[in-house]
Amino acid sequence: MSKIENAAKVGIPDAFQGHQLGEHWIRERQWSAAMLLLGIWLLASLLMLPGLDQRTLSEWLRGASGAVPMALFIIVSFKHGLDGLKVVVDDYVQDDGNRFLLIGLLSFIAIGGAGIALFALARIAFGAAA
Amino acid sequence: MARNPSRPLSPHLTVWRWGPGMVVSILHRVTGGALSVAGLALLVWWLAAIAGGPAAFADLAAAAKHPVGLIVLIGISWAFFQHLLSGMRHLVLDTGAGYELGTNKSWALATIVGSIALTIALWANILGAGA
Repeated sequence: MSKIENAAKVGIPDAFQGHQLGEHWIRERQWSAAMLLLGIWLLASLLMLPGLDQRTLSEWLRGASGAVPMALFIIVSFKHGLDGLKVVVDDYVQDDGNRFLLIGLLSFIAIGGAGIALFALARIAFGAAA
Repeated sequence: MARNPSRPLSPHLTVWRWGPGMVVSILHRVTGGALSVAGLALLVWWLAAIAGGPAAFADLAAAAKHPVGLIVLIGISWAFFQHLLSGMRHLVLDTGAGYELGTNKSWALATIVGSIALTIALWANILGAGA
């Protein structure tokens, strides 16, 4: 069964079918590619730091070269994680009402978590030097 | 709820013979789920602890050195490598390439071998440095 026939079956609105479904698929892959680059950036950055103690980490995240990619990492990782969990919910939660509520709840948690993480990063980047 | 209960549910785990492609597909989901929940929770805790100062960070550092914490961190790092490598494989497969049986199987296996090797190399580096 094609993706579009499947979409029609599970009751996705007309506006989200056809061309838009392809757009959505492309967007998911663009976020994935961004996640790939930022994941490699985080790993490489942590390996190159002289230590993983609080002072070294806060100095690293105070500079733009640490803080800017970290802000992007937070946004992309929560978006990509939410995209993935949505696919899992779509596949395994059969009831339309439960699926709607669960995806709504996950979206709230993801946006809330990203907000908390960005606030912590802002405190590090703009706070008084330790 | 119009589903006919006599029809099997996807992904028919009981009727297929296990192969690398199937294992990697399942691992990609499981590691993605684990990273979304445990990985992102850890990211928030870690950033909040750095922002909170040396005292707040000491709690996280103590948890990271505890044997249970260490196992969780090793697990998350393996999930990261597995999801990263199988994710790269998926991006290639999404272009329509790599579906030949032998090629598909080899790259599926390579992601598993790669994620284990990278996890060992990472922790040999961290624990070897005495951090």
